[in-house]
Amino acid sequence: MIPLSWYLIFAAALFSIGLFGVLSRKNAVAILMGVELMLNAVNVNLLAFWRYLAPENMAGQVFAVIVFAVAASEVAVGLALVISVYRRRQSVQADEINLLKY
Amino acid sequence: MTTETLIWLIPLPPLLAFFLIVLFTHRSKGLSHTLAIGAAFLSWLASMIVFLRAVRTPELGKYPFESSIPWLPLGEGWFSIGVLVDPLGAATLFFVAWTILMIFLYSVGYHNYGQPEGDHDRPGLPPHGATVVDAHGHPHKVPSVEPMYSRFFAFISLFAFGMYLLVVSDNLLTLFIGWEIMGLCSYLLIGFWYGKPSARAAMIKAFITTRVGDVFMLLGIAYLYSQTGTLNFRAILYNPEVLHALASAPSYISGLSAAALIGILLFIGTVGKSAQFPLHVWLPDAMEGPTPVSAMIHAATMVSAGVYMVIRIFPLLSAGSHHGELTVPMTLMAVIGAGTALFAATIAVAQNDIKRVLAYSTISQLGYMVAALGVGGFVAATFHLITHAFFKALLFLGSGSVIHGMEHGVLHTGDHIDPQNMMNMGGLRRKMPLTFWTFLIGGFALAGFPLITAGFWSKDEILADAFGHAHYGVFITLALAALLTAFYTMRQITLTFLGEPRSRAAEHAQETPWTMTVPLLVLAVFAISAGWVGIPEYFPLIGGLLPNWLHEFVSGTLLEKPKGVEFSLIPLLTSILVALGGIYLGWLVYRNLKAGEADPLEKALGIIYPVLKNKYYFDELYHLIFVRPSVWVSEVFTYLWVDRKLIDGVLHLVSELSIRIGVALRNYIDKPVVNGSGDLVAEVTKSTGRSMRVIQTGRVQQYMIMAVLGFVVLSGVFYFIIQQMGIQ
Amino acid sequence: MIYPLQVVFILVSAVTLGAALMVVTTRNMVRAALWLVLALFGVAILFVLLEAGFFAVAQVIIYIGAIAILMIFAVMLTRRIAQDPGPQLNSTWPIAAVIALLVFGLIVFLVQVWDRAASLPPPLPQGFAPLQELGVALVSADRYLIPFEIASVLLLAALIGAIVVAWERK
Repeated sequence: MIPLSWYLIFAAALFSIGLFGVLSRKNAVAILMGVELMLNAVNVNLLAFWRYLAPENMAGQVFAVIVFAVAASEVAVGLALVISVYRRRQSVQADEINLLKY
Repeated sequence: MTTETLIWLIPLPPLLAFFLIVLFTHRSKGLSHTLAIGAAFLSWLASMIVFLRAVRTPELGKYPFESSIPWLPLGEGWFSIGVLVDPLGAATLFFVAWTILMIFLYSVGYHNYGQPEGDHDRPGLPPHGATVVDAHGHPHKVPSVEPMYSRFFAFISLFAFGMYLLVVSDNLLTLFIGWEIMGLCSYLLIGFWYGKPSARAAMIKAFITTRVGDVFMLLGIAYLYSQTGTLNFRAILYNPEVLHALASAPSYISGLSAAALIGILLFIGTVGKSAQFPLHVWLPDAMEGPTPVSAMIHAATMVSAGVYMVIRIFPLLSAGSHHGELTVPMTLMAVIGAGTALFAATIAVAQNDIKRVLAYSTISQLGYMVAALGVGGFVAATFHLITHAFFKALLFLGSGSVIHGMEHGVLHTGDHIDPQNMMNMGGLRRKMPLTFWTFLIGGFALAGFPLITAGFWSKDEILADAFGHAHYGVFITLALAALLTAFYTMRQITLTFLGEPRSRAAEHAQETPWTMTVPLLVLAVFAISAGWVGIPEYFPLIGGLLPNWLHEFVSGTLLEKPKGVEFSLIPLLTSILVALGGIYLGWLVYRNLKAGEADPLEKALGIIYPVLKNKYYFDELYHLIFVRPSVWVSEVFTYLWVDRKLIDGVLHLVSELSIRIGVALRNYIDKPVVNGSGDLVAEVTKSTGRSMRVIQTGRVQQYMIMAVLGFVVLSGVFYFIIQQMGIQ
Repeated sequence: MIYPLQVVFILVSAVTLGAALMVVTTRNMVRAALWLVLALFGVAILFVLLEAGFFAVAQVIIYIGAIAILMIFAVMLTRRIAQDPGPQLNSTWPIAAVIALLVFGLIVFLVQVWDRAASLPPPLPQGFAPLQELGVALVSADRYLIPFEIASVLLLAALIGAIVVAWERK
């Protein structure tokens, strides 16, 4: 049988990889991909906790469903922003989008 | 609607009308007078309903209409205000409502509503007339409408509110509020034509003089409150224990009981308001106001209010009296009242201004009432108050009508003569028949023409009271005053209406419009019939034909009903004799006066005449002993010495000192310490910001690095803390 | 003692993590998207191992079928980037790597010190149908109806927002 810690460590690794992608990739679409990886890690955690600790309580699954919805929303809005920015500046490089600079 | 609710509502319409006119409708003359008269009519209607219900209520004195609400929270309870209509209140309400409504209606015609705007009329001056070109192209001078028409109706509405408030009040405080509202309004209305210096002077004189009385009255109210803890009429005046306590409590002045001192203080308020000697000087000057105002002040409301108040507090004034002896305030009232009655009547004899004669006659008649109350004639005073209100309002409105007709003649002929001077009149009975007959009725009522007129019955009752209670000094004084009254009244009627015109203006005088004559007719009816309700039973022949309703009704106000006096022929014959004699003399002396002739009295009285003509030099005396010293004090002493030298000097010293202290503070504390630290804070913030702004790269990912780093570090810290605190 | 499932888990997770690493490092964006599909598929298999079959199916349909495809579209719409010549990582990537490792270390440390981390899955009760329970839970007013509805409102708002943001104004 697989212990809970395996899932948790896997999810941690996936989350860290996603985090690295978010923090270091130049391309905005790639950053979104990193976010997807992080959200997947969260989902793995949620379902693992549900299965191992409280299978009768549906809270874990419900939250996983909501994370799905949030992920879908995030991708929709994020990609729309990417396309909108690309249309204006002919670029999706995150480090070129620095209008918020001092 | 219950009667109590209705009573609460009586004063409100005029107040509403006042605010509506002032705030909204003052541009529209028609709307303004409609509002004011409508409001007066509503109050009249409510008053009449209340009066009828009051008359039908048996034992109204014991169970009056009253209702009150808590108003002012005090330390140990509430000061309640409320309304009260007892027999005295009902009777007062009756004549007040009628006269106010009539005066309102009269004002429409008096201020020439419907006439064109004047050629060069200015607000603050009486209208000068307008030029109208008729169909044939001839220009005519016609009266012009009052420029401040709406303002007039606003003011008299407020005035009416004050009077209604005073009449329905159940306590001295709200009575005083109404009293002062009227004081203010009389000030505003006497000075209505503020463009005239004489009107300005008169308004100030009236205000200051009545103020003297009001201060004493307020003292009396405060004293009464401190003694009894209430100002409610019923609680004080209908309560033998309170009255007894007041009458036996000593006051600050030895020999006077608290009741006596309070009574005297309150009576001084009446002296000011009802123009009794020595505070009578303001009233003749108040003739500067428009005539409806004179009627308002002298008949229906303000001066009546003074007498009404002393009648109201009569139980307090007479508290401590045994077996008909007079208390101190009553003695004072009898002396001052009778003295004023005679004194003012003598002045009236020598006046030529039609309104001034009436003004002095008012003072004189008010003296009658005060004297009647002084000798214990509660019912007689009330009776005379009612009848006098009707016939004096009639006379004033009639005189206004005469002046109005004369002004028409003056405008028509273009002669510059005084339209108020009776020496310029004469023969107006043919030009102004309605005015003549109504004025005649009013004049005979004032003179006390026997049997028919109201004035005869009320005056007779006063004389009978004075004689019956054996106050012969008062009786003789009043009888003499009655003789003079009849004389100057007939003099006035003769000079004005009888004989031949003594000026071209009088030849061209014209009858006034219906809005002015209808009130005259209505008031004339009352000037006759108001007396019939109080014919004493003992009167020969006609006594008892009509029940002496008034006596029964009004005396219910008191705890102990006053007993009627023994019948005696002497006062009756006296009053008939002086009335007829005076009238005859007046007619005899003046029937054949020609234009330009001097007053026949001038020769007959010799040196006394100028004294009377100049009103015993009271104005000059007051000028000398009050006005000049106070002017000196204010101009020389207060202004020059105290203000300029002493106070200004101190002030300059203080200001010099403050400037020096301020400069020192600025140089040694403000600039280095306060400003320095303020600048330091700003400088530190600025440099911190400058050095910190490099982390604002505008790149989202760098921000996130910081955020995650912060998250990781904080997580470690929290973990450490949780471990330390121990979930052991 | 090694169970077959453990072998499956290790293989799947290794493939998934490798694919994830390729996602964040590959230069070509289209390839990165394809690696993402692989990683998401691996996660779907883990969901099966967790006896959450519904989520495995949903993962395939929503993530792989919709989100990943959407990203490939986005990459292709922003065509120039697909063959971006320069480095695909920004200048601060070493710091990012350190932070990611720090986070990973922190979580692993927490898992190590947590006493229930080694627990095994309890058997599901007889006749327990997780999918039916989930459905009932999502539409019961006393359980998760409101969060569920709010999530759907969020989705709707995101849809409208995406249209508005991406709308090309002439």
